[in-house]
Amino acid sequence: MAEYLQGATGEWEIVIGLEIHAQVMSEAKLFSGASTAFGAEPNTQVSFVCCAMPGMLPVINEECIRQAVRTGLAMGCQINLRSVFDRKNYFYADLPQGYQISQFKDPIVGEGEVVIDLPDGTSRTIGVERLHLEQDAGKSMHDQHPNQTYIDLNRSGVALMEIVSMPDMRSAAEAGAYFRKIRSLVRYAGTCDGNMEQGSMRADVNVSVRRPGDEFGTRTETKNINSIRYMMQVIDYEARRQIDILEDGGSIHQETRQFDPASGTTSGLRSKEEAHDYRYFPDPDLLPLEFSQAFVDELAKSLPELPDAKKARLISDLGISDYNAAVLVAEKENADYFEDLLEKLMTKTGKDAAALATQAANWVIVDLFGALKKFSKSIVDSPVSTRDGAELLALQIDGTISGRIAKDVFELMLESGKNPEQIVEEKGLKQMSDSGELETIIDAVLADNQDKVEQYHAGKDKLFGFFVGQVMKKTRGKANPQMVNQLLRPKLDR
Amino acid sequence: MSVDRKTVAKIADLARIAVGQDELDPLAGELNNILSWIEQLSEVNTDDVAPMTSVVEVDLPWRADKVTDGGYRDDILANAPAADHGFFTVPKVIEQDGI
Amino acid sequence: MTKLTDLTMAAARDGLAKGDFTSVELTKDYLTAMEQGRELNSFIVETGDIALDMAASADEMIRAGKATAMTGIPVAVKDLFCTKNIHSCSASHILNGFKPRYESTVTANLWQDGAVMLGKTNMDEFAMGSSNETSYYGPVKNPWRATAADGRAETKDYVPGGSSGGSVTAVAAGLAAAATGTDTGGSIRQPAAFTGLVGLKPTYGRCSRWGMIAFASSLDQAGPITKTVRDAAIMMESMAGYDAKDSTSVDRTVPNYEHALTGDIRGMKIGIPREYRVDNMPEEIEKLWQQGIDWMKAAGAEIIDISLPHTKYALPTYYIVAPAEASSNLARYDGVKYGLRVEGDSLDGMYKNTRAEGFGHEVKRRILIGTYVLSAGYYDAYYLKAQKIRTLIARDFSKAYEQVDVILTPTAPSAAFAMGEKSDDPIAMYLNDVFTVPASLAGLPAISIPAGLSRDMMPLGLQLVGRAFDEETMLRAAHVLEHAAEFTAKPAIWWGEK
Repeated sequence: MAEYLQGATGEWEIVIGLEIHAQVMSEAKLFSGASTAFGAEPNTQVSFVCCAMPGMLPVINEECIRQAVRTGLAMGCQINLRSVFDRKNYFYADLPQGYQISQFKDPIVGEGEVVIDLPDGTSRTIGVERLHLEQDAGKSMHDQHPNQTYIDLNRSGVALMEIVSMPDMRSAAEAGAYFRKIRSLVRYAGTCDGNMEQGSMRADVNVSVRRPGDEFGTRTETKNINSIRYMMQVIDYEARRQIDILEDGGSIHQETRQFDPASGTTSGLRSKEEAHDYRYFPDPDLLPLEFSQAFVDELAKSLPELPDAKKARLISDLGISDYNAAVLVAEKENADYFEDLLEKLMTKTGKDAAALATQAANWVIVDLFGALKKFSKSIVDSPVSTRDGAELLALQIDGTISGRIAKDVFELMLESGKNPEQIVEEKGLKQMSDSGELETIIDAVLADNQDKVEQYHAGKDKLFGFFVGQVMKKTRGKANPQMVNQLLRPKLDR
Repeated sequence: MSVDRKTVAKIADLARIAVGQDELDPLAGELNNILSWIEQLSEVNTDDVAPMTSVVEVDLPWRADKVTDGGYRDDILANAPAADHGFFTVPKVIEQDGI
Repeated sequence: MTKLTDLTMAAARDGLAKGDFTSVELTKDYLTAMEQGRELNSFIVETGDIALDMAASADEMIRAGKATAMTGIPVAVKDLFCTKNIHSCSASHILNGFKPRYESTVTANLWQDGAVMLGKTNMDEFAMGSSNETSYYGPVKNPWRATAADGRAETKDYVPGGSSGGSVTAVAAGLAAAATGTDTGGSIRQPAAFTGLVGLKPTYGRCSRWGMIAFASSLDQAGPITKTVRDAAIMMESMAGYDAKDSTSVDRTVPNYEHALTGDIRGMKIGIPREYRVDNMPEEIEKLWQQGIDWMKAAGAEIIDISLPHTKYALPTYYIVAPAEASSNLARYDGVKYGLRVEGDSLDGMYKNTRAEGFGHEVKRRILIGTYVLSAGYYDAYYLKAQKIRTLIARDFSKAYEQVDVILTPTAPSAAFAMGEKSDDPIAMYLNDVFTVPASLAGLPAISIPAGLSRDMMPLGLQLVGRAFDEETMLRAAHVLEHAAEFTAKPAIWWGEK
């Protein structure tokens, strides 16, 4: 259902388009052999080509081509077997050539679409217009000196994939979901690490508003947003700002705006607002990029199972709930952990995947994720390995410990780093499942609480739980709860 | 197509070359002279002709993804008009009109 | 006793091999000649000490039996080539003080073969010009001077042609055995014709452009400037070759070009393009062309009339494509990373002041034209249109080569003109390239051979254009033409100590 904003004079619809810049995972840069590694000393990952020395020439990195095609395939886009590199001409201190090598009319990847899951459980399809390869610029630092800007060209020439969406999003939530989906796809495909803090992935946010049913309004662009939270703030702020102007009878200028995280607002740049004239023309130092359908097909085969397909399989084949499946596939590392855990669990218990999946999924999502959050760890640094997680679940499934005890064991695993069997052994936490032993304890509890027994016989059924509780207390939680239930009832009903 | 002083000023700005007010008209004259000479190209019928995309009949060569360059900062900064602590330095940019 | 500096490269190669003299001796003679020839202004930088070191190494190579055809040969290098740790400024103030930490592939090839570097030669700024009058370092003087009707040599200065004016002057005045040049629209061929030398522009992609300060990427090519066709063949072989660092470099074996000089062109088909007979063509140029045709016929070649219908559009096409590419290639000269910086009140101010002061007038003009023809609204009408016409021009040649093996034309529409004569009229200057530009646009190899003298006793050249990567056939024809023309004239020495 479309979300409209209420203005003073009626309803407004927000129209959002995102241009995502994703840094390609590769060893070397797009057109030079310098390294792309993050965090190096300034200008130590710069070749003569990267800093545009006289006479230098570009040579394309084949892995960057593959990464762009893989990403296009992951988004279900058309792959263009012939594309052209163009020069985008403009001047800025972190652009040593005075032009950026990009792709204008003939990009490597064409149209496609991506399904996004929204917080309310619904799905929408967002169109992708294109993906093209281009060079990243260097970094300008304005705060190192009172009247100088410092330039580091390490990043200059690193390969970027610019992914342009159709203006299909209608709310900040949709934009956030789309960004997350693209990030997930590139991480699945192994083409970008999606690390927003390090700047591997950032977005230019295009926002406009219109009366529902009208033509698109004039849009503004806010560049280089590197957090989803900021992105959503930009959208909300821009939409409101534009609505206020329009309702006052004003009009929107097509312009580039700047976001201020401290105030959560955008402001127009004071500089001249004439549109840049980039004078695109095909780069004469390069030739058109061409490859065969066979090349594309090989790359398609090399892609792992993508999130949409994985989610569908988890639901239909493994019986996992829609919600849990969505959570598990959102990040490839989570899906990988879960699937590895499940496989180990199958081996330990001899049961099939469908029988184990839901329990395993619940444990991962509730228990493990809870712990990860508490200790601020990511799943790749999980304090509990898939082996140990599987063992913990296996111990429950074969009845060695109860679910209640399992939670305690898990806490102890986190504290001590020991594996579950060790802990169960050392702390003597094995579930008491001997009916003889349990009957003795049950008899003792009933004998000690005759008054309650009489109340139960008189009709206070709820006291059943009290007796169970007492048995558990006497056994320090180790009594097998199902067995206690089974043995207690007949004794009480006598 | 002819250019006037305003257009010359705009082009000079795009090209980041300072041009004095008194130079604009003479430059416009010079450019117009050349542009009107170039005009004769419109006589040629180029329907169904593809623009030349490469002078040589070769495929774009692809390079293996290996780090083979960089790591020589001294050479990179050797000719810099201004450098400090391993950075190039330029007059501070007040407005970040970066793309 | 022939002066060592009068020897051709081939003769010097033989002399060095026989031990008649050493490379150090040869180099010293050239260095002395350079000192004497300073008023010609052909060198921006002389690298005497380096030359002597290189000559000494070359002598070792020769002694060790490891010499190549270029070993020990002192050559001059156009300032456009990046030479490691040595001034490389493309004769522009904007690269003031620039000393690259890398060597261009073409010059590296020469040094690997043992050639000796005498210095960096003067040129039109950023290779934009046909008279070497736009250099930041002042104009170059043609060692040739016209002879008036009464037989007296004139005393006014003549242009050597451009943009490789310094390179041709160095060779013509005996200051270097040979020189490297670059040709974008005729910048090797036209000055070679103006100074009685051989100038060769190879097929686009034959020589690497890595380390060549770029002017127009789809047109620039390095090539040799020499006294003879044999020397050009020898030097071409050393300069050429595949370079993985240049995406437009072609991976084809470099043949031994000297072996192509068989002297036999019987049955070769020579194309004479009717459109090169331009309006107001000077009679002496027409006559020289006819003379060339007769020489070829006498040598057993077949003369065939051909048509290259789009010839007249080549120059205006070139003057859209080249400035457009240049406007983008020269954007890197911004005062940030190297070269001149002129302060400004802001980053943009710094750019504008630096580029205004650093670039000369012709360069600025071409950058502005280039920026304009690429700008929004004009791209289709100008740049795209020009690239389409370029396709037609290339097609004209392809069709012609179905019938002929090489094409014979004059190199330039006149002999060298006096300094200052054409510098006020850019289009008159551009017309110097009317015969050379078409081969550049089509990426074809072309060579100029000295063929005769004008009425004023100034050199005139004839041009041969070959098929792509068939420099051999073209060289074979050139060699025969050279033999027939017997051009032995030398400029009377008016410079240096008398």
